[in-house]
Amino acid sequence: MVTVVHPNLEDTDAKMQARDVSVYYGDKKAIDEVSIDIPTKYVTAFIGPSGCGKSTFLRTLNRMNDTIPSARVEGLIELDGADIYRSGMDVVQLRARVGMVFQKPNPFPKSIYENIAYGPRIHGLAEGKDELDAIVEKSLQRAGLWQEVKDRLQDSGTALSGGQQQRLCIARAIAVDPEVILMDEPCSALDPIATAKIEELIDELNGSYAIVIVTHSMQQAARVSQRTAFFHLGKMVEYGRTSDIFTTPLEKRTQDYITGRYG
Amino acid sequence: MQEHTVKAFDEDITRLRGLIAEMGGLAEVAVHESMEALVKGDDALADRVVKNDRKIDALETAIDKLAIRVIALRAPMADDLREVIAALKIAGVVERIGDYSKAIAKASKEISRSRKQFEPLTLLPAMAEVAAEMVHDVLTAYAARDAELALQVIATDEKVDAFYNSIFRNLVSHMVENPSTISSAAQLLFVARNLERVGDHATNVAEMVHYAATGVYPPDDDG
Repeated sequence: MVTVVHPNLEDTDAKMQARDVSVYYGDKKAIDEVSIDIPTKYVTAFIGPSGCGKSTFLRTLNRMNDTIPSARVEGLIELDGADIYRSGMDVVQLRARVGMVFQKPNPFPKSIYENIAYGPRIHGLAEGKDELDAIVEKSLQRAGLWQEVKDRLQDSGTALSGGQQQRLCIARAIAVDPEVILMDEPCSALDPIATAKIEELIDELNGSYAIVIVTHSMQQAARVSQRTAFFHLGKMVEYGRTSDIFTTPLEKRTQDYITGRYG
Repeated sequence: MQEHTVKAFDEDITRLRGLIAEMGGLAEVAVHESMEALVKGDDALADRVVKNDRKIDALETAIDKLAIRVIALRAPMADDLREVIAALKIAGVVERIGDYSKAIAKASKEISRSRKQFEPLTLLPAMAEVAAEMVHDVLTAYAARDAELALQVIATDEKVDAFYNSIFRNLVSHMVENPSTISSAAQLLFVARNLERVGDHATNVAEMVHYAATGVYPPDDDG
């Protein structure tokens, strides 16, 4: 079975390209020959029922699956045309270029300032305290958190509300100047207001970073993304413009899922 | 079609479709009865058509409310979304068809006063027949989600337009030859015009049925 790609998709500048990517956990094939271009200037959403492989596939994009001993990746994944699974690839460097935000906000148990400063410091992105201060401020500004935390930068990151913690994590990802930001259900632990703030933030970051978001909320995918891929049983069933996927999907399985007829 | 996981969603959609069918049925009857009132000079029937139009209006309101509720509570997607939006628009159009029948019924009462001086044209009932059939068929297409039948309805509109042109020419020459019947003839012209609009509106509904069923609008031949 091949992915149905909507014919009206124009060629976009691809930041990442996946070709025939399969992922195994031991003997179990979790992802079956997925090929997709991740556009530079859009938000791409991965949707699909639990266990469909969307998170697994997302995690191949910055080699997060490397931490799982039984996981094995086949196929080709390129970032700016260079294979990210090639030998000699610096995975730490890769994860700075392809940042990640997780389902549960996971700030370091350190100050707000340190949460942001840590990455730029270990990657040597700042010379001296002034530059580091500037990066911290700029990152918090971009994540829409600066106004709320500027007078309490030395407070612990874990003392913030859930929504603020998640924006702190986004600021932390931004601080190392990534090219791609992967978000794995970034709002599923947040209330509607905090969710709206994250979605607004995604809108603002759109264009500056290639963003890929995995979400269980189809409304959220519809709201924040321009491209949507539907995953089912480890395969990418359909890929197209978000507006087309949610109004006129081509595949029956996509239609059944997004209209709540799945299963 | 496979059911939704949330059963109440299916019930809402079924109810919405039921209301459209009921409303469309009333509109189709109104087209028939208004023409019957005209042909027979039956003022009581004409009054009934005018009165029944209130039911059609009430159904439109009910459909609007339900469609808005479904959108708000269920956030429908894909074919469900197209279906609900189509229902909303179809209700508005069918309401117009009801209004045209009401206008015909009113014209029928005007004409029946001067009936002695004028014989209604035989072409009008035939035209009404075709227009009513379009309304009937488009509702069948809606109920069956039949895009093919919707296209046939769209094609039928040409017949209604041809009737209109022919009736228009006949009535104009009739007026020239018999100036005393001008007032009645003008009323009949309105009737023909109303039927022509019924055909146009049935065509609009057909386009929505096609869109709801397939996700694409039917090709536009004449703009």
